Amino acid sequence: MTQVLDRPVELKTPASPAERTARRKALLEWIAVHSLGVAAALFFTLPFVFVFLTSLMSDSQALSRDLIPHTWEWANYKKVFDTPGFLTWWKNTLIYAGLGTVLSVVSSIPVAYALAKFRFRGRNLSLMLVISMMMLPPQVVIIPMYLFWAKQLDLSGTLWPLIIPMAFGDAFSIFLLRQFLMTIPNEYLDAAKVDGCGDLRTLLKVVLPMAKPGIAAVALFQFFYAWNDYFGPQIYASENPGAWTLSYGLESFKGMHHTDWNLTMAATVLVMAPVILVFFFAQKAFVEGVTLTGVKG
Amino acid sequence: MSTITLASKRRRSALRTFAFMSPWLIGFAVFFAYPMISTIYFSFMHYDGFKPPTWVGTKNWTYVFESYPYFWPALRNTLWLVVIMVSLRVLFGLGIGMLITKIKTGTGVFRTLFYLPYLAPPVAATMAFAFLLNPGTGPVNSMLEKIGIPAPGWFNDPTWSKPALTLLALWGIGDLMVIFMAALLDVPKEQYEAAELDGASAWQRFRFVTLPNISPIVMFAVVTGVIQAMQFYTQPLIAGKVASGVIQGAGTQFEPGYPEKSTLTLPQLVYNLGFQRFDYGSACVVALVLFVLSMAFTAFLMRRRGGLIQAGD
Repeated sequence: MTQVLDRPVELKTPASPAERTARRKALLEWIAVHSLGVAAALFFTLPFVFVFLTSLMSDSQALSRDLIPHTWEWANYKKVFDTPGFLTWWKNTLIYAGLGTVLSVVSSIPVAYALAKFRFRGRNLSLMLVISMMMLPPQVVIIPMYLFWAKQLDLSGTLWPLIIPMAFGDAFSIFLLRQFLMTIPNEYLDAAKVDGCGDLRTLLKVVLPMAKPGIAAVALFQFFYAWNDYFGPQIYASENPGAWTLSYGLESFKGMHHTDWNLTMAATVLVMAPVILVFFFAQKAFVEGVTLTGVKG
Repeated sequence: MSTITLASKRRRSALRTFAFMSPWLIGFAVFFAYPMISTIYFSFMHYDGFKPPTWVGTKNWTYVFESYPYFWPALRNTLWLVVIMVSLRVLFGLGIGMLITKIKTGTGVFRTLFYLPYLAPPVAATMAFAFLLNPGTGPVNSMLEKIGIPAPGWFNDPTWSKPALTLLALWGIGDLMVIFMAALLDVPKEQYEAAELDGASAWQRFRFVTLPNISPIVMFAVVTGVIQAMQFYTQPLIAGKVASGVIQGAGTQFEPGYPEKSTLTLPQLVYNLGFQRFDYGSACVVALVLFVLSMAFTAFLMRRRGGLIQAGD
């Protein structure tokens, strides 16, 4: 539509002075934008690079101010894995993240579906409560929750107080899924109803297959949440090293290897790596999830 | 007869809504409503977790506000983070979002590189920054000294610890970048073309076309940023612990907010009061302060009609 305006007739006659300055301006802008881009890229990537390089230094070199390892000590990574407890932290993190993700996704789907597609009194209020829960710091209710799990159910020193609540819907997952389900046209649901599908069947056979990208995004966020969680394990698992997760253990790892920045950085790399690997396989779902929470109403 | 079927239909539809909503309803009651009421109740009790709780009236409240030496510094730090960290994050996020929409070559690579730090687990990212910004052996200071800039003490210096935390927060700007990028790409092209025909300068185009179009997203970024600042817990705690050299374990008590209470935040106080001093009552007072502040900002986020997060459709 605007192409008519954009393309004056002189386009074919080459290099009028005005055109040349315009082209020079465009080139200068390209250079400016891309040098800024490279500068920003350095800010975002250099920390990773330095952490990785330090993780390959010898013990003594890690305490020096060198930036590049003299000898590449790949054995540091083996030392990290040999540290007592490290494999247990992996196992616990995978249990917490895996079970927690499955439970929260399964329990959040029906709630999100009802909030997106059912008409009922109190729907807006429910949605506002979900959003409020999403914004609430976990510390607000931690004292009674801790007393409940630790004193009444005697489950402190385990990850169960973190996993079990996931089976009762997670506010962030419900909100994100609801945002996604809103984008599914009602015609599909009506068509299913005409074909004689009940609510549950419509959800399982029609909505779920269409909601796969949304579910993937929610699952990823939940997995990362559990992987990154420090406060939860600190409250419930700190007394029992057998229940520590990677995020919680990493900090105490620094304590075991007080001055060994190289080993600490190797462990840091190992905690970061899975998250980044998962991201590369599921980039699209992830970015879509971020935009859904932020932009669409 | 028709009224009967209508009534039973309505009852059935209420039942199905209830069935679908039930995980959340149970979760809300058990993991929020009940503990919330208990938090209010405990805030008027003295309770150390061993002896049965005793009623002390407003004693915990006056203790937290008047004698607990960490409360006001924590609130002041939170205010600092809300004003400085949040505004820098919004400005930087917008800047990076605009930059990425202008980049024409290798966009995918740039976008991935800018986004990755957002994914780094907070503990790992903080450990990495504590190492990078280590005044003695960290690569950042050795580079600064090479080019002759006096190197700050970062996490070991009370005037630099919050800027260091801000730097860490700016590093993880990926989520805001994506949100701003999406909003910027949604600005109608025609408006830019019309502005250009009117002879608007680049700044005028930004001021009168870009900004009005993305203002809901700017608001969203500000309010969610404020809520994040209120919840800031893991990063300041780990930074303080690693920088002070105090490691958890038997017998060691971490002085919260190292150095000199400069990295103290409100959520840390709940932990300090509840789980280190076993003063659950006072911890509940701080939890309620956190609750009121967070809800105030959330209400602001949802108040505007057609605004940030829409409830209806």
